[in-house]
Amino acid sequence: MNDPGTGVAPATHETSQSSAQRSDDESVRLYGLLAEFETPAAIYAAAERVRDAGYRWWDCHTPFPVHGLDRAMGIRNTILPWLVLGAGATGTMIGFVLQWFTNAASFDLWAFVWVRGYEFLVSGKPILSGPVYPIVMFELTILLAAVGCVVMMFGLNKLPMLYHPCFKSERFRRASDDRFFIVIEARDPKFYRHKTEAFLDSLGATAVEELES
Amino acid sequence: MTTTERCNENRQLGDLAARAVVFIALPGALLVALGILMTFKSDLTWERFLRGYVAAFCFVLTICLGGLFFTILQHLSRAGWSVAVRRVAEALAANLRWIWILFIPIAIGMYKTHLYEWTHVPPDDELLGNKEIFLNPTFWMIRAAFYFAVWGGLAHFFLRNSIAQDADGDPKTTLRMARVAAPAMIVYALTQSFAVIDWVMSLEPKWFSTMFGVYFFAASCFGFLATLILVCYLLQRSGRVTESITAEHYQDMGKFLFAFGVVFWAYIAYSQYMLIWYADIPEETTWFIVRQLGGWRGLSILLILGHFVGPFLLLLSRHPKRWTNVLPAICVWMLFIHFIDMYWLVLPEYPAELVASVSTYPQLIEAFENGIDPATGIPWLARYDMHPHLADACCLLGLAGIVLGLTGLSVRNASLIPIGDPRLPESLAFENF
Repeated sequence: MNDPGTGVAPATHETSQSSAQRSDDESVRLYGLLAEFETPAAIYAAAERVRDAGYRWWDCHTPFPVHGLDRAMGIRNTILPWLVLGAGATGTMIGFVLQWFTNAASFDLWAFVWVRGYEFLVSGKPILSGPVYPIVMFELTILLAAVGCVVMMFGLNKLPMLYHPCFKSERFRRASDDRFFIVIEARDPKFYRHKTEAFLDSLGATAVEELES
Repeated sequence: MTTTERCNENRQLGDLAARAVVFIALPGALLVALGILMTFKSDLTWERFLRGYVAAFCFVLTICLGGLFFTILQHLSRAGWSVAVRRVAEALAANLRWIWILFIPIAIGMYKTHLYEWTHVPPDDELLGNKEIFLNPTFWMIRAAFYFAVWGGLAHFFLRNSIAQDADGDPKTTLRMARVAAPAMIVYALTQSFAVIDWVMSLEPKWFSTMFGVYFFAASCFGFLATLILVCYLLQRSGRVTESITAEHYQDMGKFLFAFGVVFWAYIAYSQYMLIWYADIPEETTWFIVRQLGGWRGLSILLILGHFVGPFLLLLSRHPKRWTNVLPAICVWMLFIHFIDMYWLVLPEYPAELVASVSTYPQLIEAFENGIDPATGIPWLARYDMHPHLADACCLLGLAGIVLGLTGLSVRNASLIPIGDPRLPESLAFENF
């Protein structure tokens, strides 16, 4: 373990080739710092300390789900279930209104064109007949909840993301194999180029490198 | 095996098994005896008593059958999460080895009373006469013996192998149980469906529903999973398996309960009702009509709200499933409503004569409330409305006590956790994402 007080870190310090060449270019902006760890235990311990240090714009990249990493990172529960509940309830309501209007109502409604609902008697059942409604209500609940869940999950995760600054790093390729990475973004209010780098070194990172955006 | 050795919890039932026999099973047996005594002393008919007994028997049978299904399913899907709670399911299923003893009163009732209409078919009844090839006492008894033999054999196989694995930890045992699980699941599905057709649906031999077996299966998942959660909770309250079973397991059991017991049950119940309502054929709708009248109507609405709407809203979120003090309280309600479901299924009498005596639905309601059976002079209400009797409660609490109290005996010398299962470390470390 290195001592953060000395400011001298045994870990390797690199900038990627392209950013070294264009380091004077004002248009190249620093995206953040990438720190590499070798074991799940190391990134777990490091994540707890990044969380406790008060960083907010940061993320972990691991080859497989590391149990408890969410808690170590201090990630709160997602809001997605509530959104899905809303989508499902919307589907239930649409299912009911659709059937009620087309089978049991008798007024005009403007849905891009004027449409008229009318009372439609089917096999001698009551006009507003409860037992038959749940099918369409159920199906629309499932449809909207399922589609809404996937779409909103993509939205919350900002997917599809065709480019990410991490992809420029050669080292980062091992994130899908046997290395664990923490990225602290430059837009974090607590981010200072050298201070954050020293901090990441002090967490036991085997390597720290810059990422350009 | 480091994870499994780290726990220093109590994994033995110890003297709790013996105490359960004395303080739960014995009072249960006395309650059943009290119910029988009540029938002797009051004007309750044996048919009526046996209906309540069948409902109570279905209640305990569903719980044990659910345990067998759960055990087979976990082996079939090679599930890792459930290993820590599987021994409880195996023990509940193991009751199927002797539950035929509780079936004897029903068998006697079939021979000696008019509990099952098809045992005394009038010669001019062509429909029931044609059904006699299948619905006759001898074949019915042979089938019942077959069901109990199959269930008892399967439950015994899974419990015995699982306990044997505790000692040697042989992974081959797990593979052998997985191999048996696939055909066992098919056999389970068929025997369970036919059993409920024989014992419950044939109470009204002229009525039929192809959903009935599946409905009973959904109800059995409901009853079993509520029991499983409660038993796990009670074991932990008594200072056993305190570390192995965590909120993660409760959440998954809660998910199962939500999916199989609440949503699937409602799906099947609705499908059965909707198709019959939609087709509107008198010989099918009669079964539901009586459940829409009088006291049965209230029970039907209670089932919709208490078996589906309430539990659905309560268990939808992940949080109640993880509140390990709240979930068992919900499960107590679940078991109550599960019995209501069985009662609703078994007790109402098929009002064929009432329906035949009227020509419209308003007339039917009027006749049900105020009419008198012209043949006997008894009001229809007295015959067809819900008349709960104390003997029903005796049967329910009695049989539930007997089964719950004797469950511990099959694992009294074994660990409450399948410690030899190769997937136990996975289960102990299990986490929901």
